[in-house]
Amino acid sequence: MQETRIILNKVNNNPICAKEYVENGGYEAVKKAVQMNPKDIIDIITDSGLRGRGGAGFPVGLKISFVYKTNSDQKYIICNADEGEPGTNKDRVIFETVPHSVIEGMIICGIASGATKGYIYLRWEYPQIYDILTKVLDSARESGFLGEKILGSEYDFDIEIYVGAGAYVCGEETALIESIEGKRGEARFKPPFPGVEGLWGKPTLVNNVETLANIPLIINNGSSWFHQFGTEKCSGTKLFTLCGNINKPGVYEFPIGVKLQDLYAFGGGVPKGRKLQAVQLGGVSGSIISADQINVEMDPDTLASKGMTFGSGSVLFIDDSQDMIDLLENIMEFFLHESCGKCTPCREGNLRLLEIIRKFKNNTARLEDIDTLMDLSSTMMCTSLCGLGQSSPTAIVTCIRNMKEVFTNRIKGEQYCG
Amino acid sequence: MLLEVEKIASAYKGRNDMLIKVLREVQPLTNNTLTPEVAKTIANAMEIPLTQVYDTATFYALFSTEPRGKHIIRLCRSASCHLNKAKELLQQIEKKLNIKVGQTTTDGLFTLETCECLGLCDVSPSMIIDDDVYGNVTINKFKKIIGKYR
Repeated sequence: MQETRIILNKVNNNPICAKEYVENGGYEAVKKAVQMNPKDIIDIITDSGLRGRGGAGFPVGLKISFVYKTNSDQKYIICNADEGEPGTNKDRVIFETVPHSVIEGMIICGIASGATKGYIYLRWEYPQIYDILTKVLDSARESGFLGEKILGSEYDFDIEIYVGAGAYVCGEETALIESIEGKRGEARFKPPFPGVEGLWGKPTLVNNVETLANIPLIINNGSSWFHQFGTEKCSGTKLFTLCGNINKPGVYEFPIGVKLQDLYAFGGGVPKGRKLQAVQLGGVSGSIISADQINVEMDPDTLASKGMTFGSGSVLFIDDSQDMIDLLENIMEFFLHESCGKCTPCREGNLRLLEIIRKFKNNTARLEDIDTLMDLSSTMMCTSLCGLGQSSPTAIVTCIRNMKEVFTNRIKGEQYCG
Repeated sequence: MLLEVEKIASAYKGRNDMLIKVLREVQPLTNNTLTPEVAKTIANAMEIPLTQVYDTATFYALFSTEPRGKHIIRLCRSASCHLNKAKELLQQIEKKLNIKVGQTTTDGLFTLETCECLGLCDVSPSMIIDDDVYGNVTINKFKKIIGKYR
């Protein structure tokens, strides 16, 4: 199996240089977009079937149209580069390989939605990317793609980098907006959605790095071209981060709908002498499935129909030397640390889930603890304010569903029998 | 030192949105610690409430009100690194530096912390020292790396 590289199609020897990028066909999409009617740009993106690549999978054309339809003296585009989902580093690779494609995507979104100002919210953990992006923006400005009246058109658009300070929840769009405003990164109540009231109360479009990198491809090649990749309901390719216990970890691009077992084979399997035990899909907020379930297509709809998650495209392989309860403890410690604490279900729920998981770890759990885990998880999923608390119990719930023996084996100890 | 902090912060008078940037920039000057004096200096120079400085600073993993060392070693503890023996590596590093996680070496040079995902899952286990990132870390590699900071 070979990769299908349409996003990670590196054309520059020096990824930073705008001139070299232009010589190789870069910024053609921006040149096209400045000549187009914003409505037509939105239509092409809508027709392409592009869905957000950050994890939620929202239709991108629709999201742009919300901002387009809201009247305001000022609108904003935010590139969400707060890639914090453990097991995901695709956005870092995009910035290292084809940074200008993200800038192009932001400019086109600006033209389509009527925004004149863009922010890249970059996690502080990527200092090397900050250096790249600073140079990339300068280079794009020098070539006339950013600033006032870009390419002599009526459109103004410029981009600023905003660096975070270490908070997973800032990947949630309203928490991210709070953070740009200099505050604690706590999620807002929705509605109003950012498309109506976002940064400083103005209509704001927040898109993931990978989503933005797709946009120039669609404008250049058309929506039907884009549909040749992926599935009927979810077109395009996806950057999958293969990590954990795998021989060839890395970020690889494949059409959406690629089989998980093929990704596993592509990654070279687990280290020698071990067996695959489980896989976690879409990051630590995603679902855990057992090794015998990997004959599955990696597209959001197929996975959802099986109670699995697509998420950010993270694929974490777990071999048979690992203790699943130990991993679940690690995952719940992560969520306890990263919960912003604003809403009770998430603030308290993650702590209680962790406490119960620790009972399984030290063999003091009882059979009814499995039911408590399921009950509490379902409450958190229904009542948490944002995606963090809604998805943090997923690992536990899916592990109980798909690998129940992980839990029952731990209550066969003397505590249970006694 | 407080004069330098004041100089940085006063450039953003009334700009509440620049608080995180200011906190980031003053960190290396203040031994990575937000002391009450530093917090007050920032609040006065930016003309924002002191409570806001603490409100924001205590939320983010990057900042601390506890005393820390000149260089901060942050070892990733998230899933992919965890599966690649980050815990064992942490124990080896603790032994090498002769401190526990959260502590600072007696010479004040290094503070050892764990952090959540650094986005280096394809080269785990990983760590970041100040602003320098390192992947595929082993204890031998670590010993060589910290030599650069001494």
